[in-house]
Amino acid sequence: MLVFVARRLALAVVVVVGVIVVTFAVAHLVPGDPASVWAGPHASAAQVAAARKFLGLDRPVAVQLLSYLGGILRGNWGTSIHTHRPVLSDIMTAAPATLELVITALLIAVVAGVPLGLVSARRPGRAADQVIRAGSILGVSMPVFWMALILQLIFSQKLHLLPAAGEYSPGLLFSHPLVKRTGFPVIDSILGGNIPMLGSTLVHLILPALVVASYPAGLIARMVRAQVLDTIGDTHILNARALGFGEGQIFGRFAMKLAWPPVAAALALVFGYSLVNTFLVESIFDWPGLGSYAAASIANLDTPAILGVTLFVAIAYVVANLVVDIVQAAIDPRIRPA
Amino acid sequence: MIETPGAALRRGLRANPLLAVGGALVLLIVVVAVLAPLIAPFPGDAGNASHPFSVLHGPSAAHWLGTDQVGRDILSRVVYGTRVSPVIAVIVLAIACVIGVPLGVAAGFLGGWVDELIMRITDIFLAFPPLLLALALASVLPASLTSLTIAIAAVWWPWYVRLLRGQAASVAGRPYVESCRALGISRRRIIFRHILPNALTPLLVQVSLDVGGVILTASALSFLGLGAQDPAPDWGLMVAEGQSYFTPDWWLVTFPGLAILVTAFAFNLLGDGLRDLLDPKRSLLL
Repeated sequence: MLVFVARRLALAVVVVVGVIVVTFAVAHLVPGDPASVWAGPHASAAQVAAARKFLGLDRPVAVQLLSYLGGILRGNWGTSIHTHRPVLSDIMTAAPATLELVITALLIAVVAGVPLGLVSARRPGRAADQVIRAGSILGVSMPVFWMALILQLIFSQKLHLLPAAGEYSPGLLFSHPLVKRTGFPVIDSILGGNIPMLGSTLVHLILPALVVASYPAGLIARMVRAQVLDTIGDTHILNARALGFGEGQIFGRFAMKLAWPPVAAALALVFGYSLVNTFLVESIFDWPGLGSYAAASIANLDTPAILGVTLFVAIAYVVANLVVDIVQAAIDPRIRPA
Repeated sequence: MIETPGAALRRGLRANPLLAVGGALVLLIVVVAVLAPLIAPFPGDAGNASHPFSVLHGPSAAHWLGTDQVGRDILSRVVYGTRVSPVIAVIVLAIACVIGVPLGVAAGFLGGWVDELIMRITDIFLAFPPLLLALALASVLPASLTSLTIAIAAVWWPWYVRLLRGQAASVAGRPYVESCRALGISRRRIIFRHILPNALTPLLVQVSLDVGGVILTASALSFLGLGAQDPAPDWGLMVAEGQSYFTPDWWLVTFPGLAILVTAFAFNLLGDGLRDLLDPKRSLLL
């Protein structure tokens, strides 16, 4: 087990270095001369040359790459052109809001997707199965930015049921101030025993979390259905049937047990996809996370910030895959050898 | 008795009505794209037209889906939109296959250090969620449909390397290929006569499954302003432009977005159904 973890960790480190190299390559694809952009449109040739020296662009590419790698490892992720703050500190400020949104969405996706997949697999080909399959394919075909706008129109503008934007009602800050401990508003209001604020944060989470959940819910429902259909004829399931277990137990307990590992692997995948989907959704809901930061950076052509967010999300994705692999190996001995 | 392909298809359609729905919708989209000038009521509105006296009109008999912020007919623009992101999807997937298939075959068939090198590079690209890297690439390139196509193609090929490598490696290990080698048949001939034909079905299934994903990615990038630019009748761009007029002029966003959803849904239904029909083993992998 220890050998497996060590090997898997080493592989993850190699992949992260590769990811940094790819990000560096993307940064150097910028057409035109970054030094003259930096120096401004009216700079003289001498000023551009000075800027090139200042930015280190006169050094060989390999040296630039190494200094970039070293900077990333030491926490120097560059300075945002737009906010004039270090990119890494901007990212750390924004990350909790996004993690809260994505984790809530994944919880919704599992709670909805697993039972739907099981119902679908119960009688394959019948009406309920066809409806759930069509629904899950609809979920993975959803343009999330459009779904966000439509849900906002229906549930907040027309029906006035849910708030349109923000993490909580700003008015509450006066009567029930939110004490910042972890940066996650839901957790902070629980820790502070702040019930009105907790209610407000949960209500504000509903619409954006439903939008982000559409893709993972569809994927998980399809995956559970396929896995359960694959194992439902196995002898150990027949054995459970012979022992007189009910259909609910057969599907929910015995068949589902074998479906969890691929579902867990899919969770790591959709964690990464959902982080990127927040780039499209957060600014619509005025959600102060990484997605809004990324969208603003794109709108302002803020290359250091865009590359910083790219790197952060890619590393988060690598780590999520690593965690799922290690947890699975800990539970399932078949994965470990080799 | 061996089933004819036609009979297999009829059986598949009966067993999977969703495949029939997907196929019919895809056919409809292709017909609309081909006949766009005949179907669109105001073909001129697909481009740089301006009608100051019909700005932001709601759906009516004259403009079934309403008009946009400069008075263009939204139905006409949605119809012409079938020529933007779906066509980009086809180009992207063609490029992805041209890069991915040879690399995958080389990795799977040759093995050794070639395999090791190709697959490690592929792994690094697969370590990014696809939309993320496409977004980073598109953001450093000048915003245009060409940049968008390049950015998405640059992140899509590794999936085809992985698919083809698996196919090539499994075929290369079978006894009949080994006997081909023993008989001195050239590698070229083995690749073209045995490996590629065997990989064709999974490749076809994968391409049909990916069309919807590429359309969603392209629309998302255009929504963020990184792809299509006005006056291109791109659905993602139309949603972005309509956003500032969304309340009360809901039709600007609703119909182009619906077009993205229906198109991605149609191709995903088709791809999903084709996979069940042609490649049932891989249905488990998604």
